[in-house]
Amino acid sequence: MSGSLLITFDKIWKSYGQGEATVHALAGVDLAIRSGEFVAIMGPSGSGKSTAMNIIGCLDTPTAGTYSFMGIDAGRLDRNRRAMLRNLYVGFVFQGYNLLPRTTAVENVELPLIYRGVAARERHDLAMKALAEVGLVGREHHTPAELSGGQQQRVAIARAIVTRPTLLVADEPTGNLDTARTHEIMELLTRLNTELGLTIAMVTHEADVAFYAGRTIRFLDGHVASDAVNLEVV
Amino acid sequence: MIWETVRLSLLSVRRNVLRSFLTLLGIVIGVAAVIAMLTIGSGTTEKVKADISKLGSNLLVIRPGRPAGPGGPGGLDQATRPLGSKELAALVAHLSGARAISPASQKQVRVIFGTESLTSGVTGTDSAYLDARDWKLDSGRPFSDSENRSGTGVCLIGETVRQQFFGAGDPEGEIIRVNRTSCKIIGLLEPKGYTGFGQDQDNVVLMPLAAYQRRIAGNRDIDSIYVAADDRTPTTELLPRVEDILRDARRIPPDREDDFSIRDMTQIADAMASATTTMTGMLGAVAGVSLLVGGIGIMNIMLVSVTERTREIGIRLAIGAHEKHILIQFLVEATVLSLLGGIIGILIGLTLAGLASLTLAIPFAPSPAVILLAVGFSALIGMVFGFFPALRGARLDPIDALRHE
Repeated sequence: MSGSLLITFDKIWKSYGQGEATVHALAGVDLAIRSGEFVAIMGPSGSGKSTAMNIIGCLDTPTAGTYSFMGIDAGRLDRNRRAMLRNLYVGFVFQGYNLLPRTTAVENVELPLIYRGVAARERHDLAMKALAEVGLVGREHHTPAELSGGQQQRVAIARAIVTRPTLLVADEPTGNLDTARTHEIMELLTRLNTELGLTIAMVTHEADVAFYAGRTIRFLDGHVASDAVNLEVV
Repeated sequence: MIWETVRLSLLSVRRNVLRSFLTLLGIVIGVAAVIAMLTIGSGTTEKVKADISKLGSNLLVIRPGRPAGPGGPGGLDQATRPLGSKELAALVAHLSGARAISPASQKQVRVIFGTESLTSGVTGTDSAYLDARDWKLDSGRPFSDSENRSGTGVCLIGETVRQQFFGAGDPEGEIIRVNRTSCKIIGLLEPKGYTGFGQDQDNVVLMPLAAYQRRIAGNRDIDSIYVAADDRTPTTELLPRVEDILRDARRIPPDREDDFSIRDMTQIADAMASATTTMTGMLGAVAGVSLLVGGIGIMNIMLVSVTERTREIGIRLAIGAHEKHILIQFLVEATVLSLLGGIIGILIGLTLAGLASLTLAIPFAPSPAVILLAVGFSALIGMVFGFFPALRGARLDPIDALRHE
């Protein structure tokens, strides 16, 4: 694991509120993630891990410090430029799947391609291919209501990878799944990481889920409490 | 991209059929009301115009008495001299540009045939009357000159009179009693129907003026003189000539006002038509207010829709939608909705107007301009009232939107 630097946090602060009531969600965090890594981010609620994830995913900007994504000063881009960055380089997987209701799996997967201006025909083909990659052949025209939780999360993963992103941001991707389904989804993410070289940053608070990653960063009170390579179980 | 968005918004309209329908309802009702009002209104205008032209086209009607106006009350008063054969003769002798000049005196009189009776408008006139009023005979013949002169007891009857006395039968040659005199039917007038004011124009009996004056009125007065202009002479040109001849015939000194009135039926027709047009415009405006209400309905539902789909907006923003994509999406959705409502409204409005024109016996007069305007206006309403909710959606913060339950 010695790819080029993809993500660097340089003394990043994220503060809410003013004066006495100011809360620092992140208090001068330094962090680096290399391309091709699979990183688990852990920590109790309020530790700043979600804020860090939002900044990593270019959804949010730091109050102070520099966030560099692919060498771009992403923390200082405006809304629409960050939207473009997300569309081109970042895929998102959420705990609650966040699929569009009453919309078929293939239409859901096509969504990011629409904002990229891909033609309908090609969009459909790419979406079908992505659904095949996550093992959902035959379910393409089901709506989320007709799919199990595990299947919905696979659709969400297909939607995240259909644009061939550089980075996959996963926010508690198995939070709503049982053990067997959790294992399947984590196997899938691991496979995407190794086969496609997809960099994955995943928030979780389950140690055994974090263990699928190659490295675990623990947040506590807006600081990085520990950052260690996960030891292979021999 | 736009086409794609239209397709997507149609999908979302279809996904929420009930809500879309309720949203549409305001616009549907508004547009239907406007279209129905304007279509019925322009039908009424046409009807009024047609009614007045039934009185005769390019017609001047002369009556005794000062014209109504700022000079004081019009109509007959004690000092008013009636019209008589002197004025008629002067017009016939000196007026150029007239197609027909005809006297008419009229009274509501009981007409009897056998055991049946009917109160009818009995008019004493001459054979030029039919020409002046653009009236034709369905059968029979007009009065002859000798009948006109001598006042023979002959008459022409309207369709209502025939139906009352003879059903579908042929009335010619039958003798009816008018007041206490009898007259022989020599012809049947073509039906004219009702005027816009509900007056039956076919409940009439025409007889030679001399006969009317002698046997019914008991005087030599003429109630009114009809002057029909020929095709080359506008009534506005004919009117001053008539005035000059009559002033001369009635020896009115130059410093005195007319003691008769001349009404230009063409101008009255125009005035009536413009009155109904104004009325139509007002009704249309009232209906337009309901369109506005429909627009507010759209805004309301779009705000609900944006709130309800906050998460969806969050997802779209997260995976790379720009503000403008979200804005366009909701704007197109609102426009598609209201345009759809507009089209349905037009169909319903035209149907209503069609039904109304059947029951009110007015012409069905849909105007392509009004329909196009309604389409454009409903699209505009969607855009205007959809803009604020759409902007609100587009400005959402993706993190908050994704967290929204």
